[in-house]
Amino acid sequence: MSELISSILGLLGALFCFIAALGVLRMPDILLRMHASTKAGTLGISLLLISAAVHFGTFPVTAKVILIIIFMFIANPIAAHVLARAAYFIDIPLWKGTVIDELREHYDQKTHELGSDQNIPVKKTH
Amino acid sequence: MQTIISMLHFISVLLLCGAALLTLARILVGPTLPDRVVAIDLMSILVMCIIAIYSVVSYNDIYLDIIIALALVTFLGTIAFAQFIEWQLSKDQHE
Repeated sequence: MSELISSILGLLGALFCFIAALGVLRMPDILLRMHASTKAGTLGISLLLISAAVHFGTFPVTAKVILIIIFMFIANPIAAHVLARAAYFIDIPLWKGTVIDELREHYDQKTHELGSDQNIPVKKTH
Repeated sequence: MQTIISMLHFISVLLLCGAALLTLARILVGPTLPDRVVAIDLMSILVMCIIAIYSVVSYNDIYLDIIIALALVTFLGTIAFAQFIEWQLSKDQHE
């Protein structure tokens, strides 16, 4: 019975990974691609690891799995944040359907400083 | 029962292989470097997933250690790429 639960969890994780890959291929700009890959990727690997923990059912494996999942939940958002920051710095083209870019008006491209001047009106990007 | 379980494992591996192909397409197409870095990040996550399924199928939990090492290396690689992109930008601005 636990093997069946484990394989169903594994299938769910694989499905989430597939959705992440589909999003990375189909989404129109990098921030949307990251939105797909980071969330679905983290959930997918977590489900697969939980399936391994259910399958083995021993303490060392469960401890390892919990360790990896905690590391993933800390490391993946940090990596995504740093990469999105770098991508924004080099003026990556946003999707043409982007409605608003609130950072653009409050952000100095040269010094990388973020101001909070409320007098500057936020313009629409298109 | 055993047939259903092995079939579910087969479908999972098939889905992961399809995901790897889609990600490979994005690595090849990706117009800019950050796109490729995102795709490489996802690719290594897919490799970790396949290793997890393999460790379940082969009844051997030693393979989970590979996932720990791979997760650490992938994290550092992504950070290094992001720093490289920023470094490239600051170099262009000074010139």
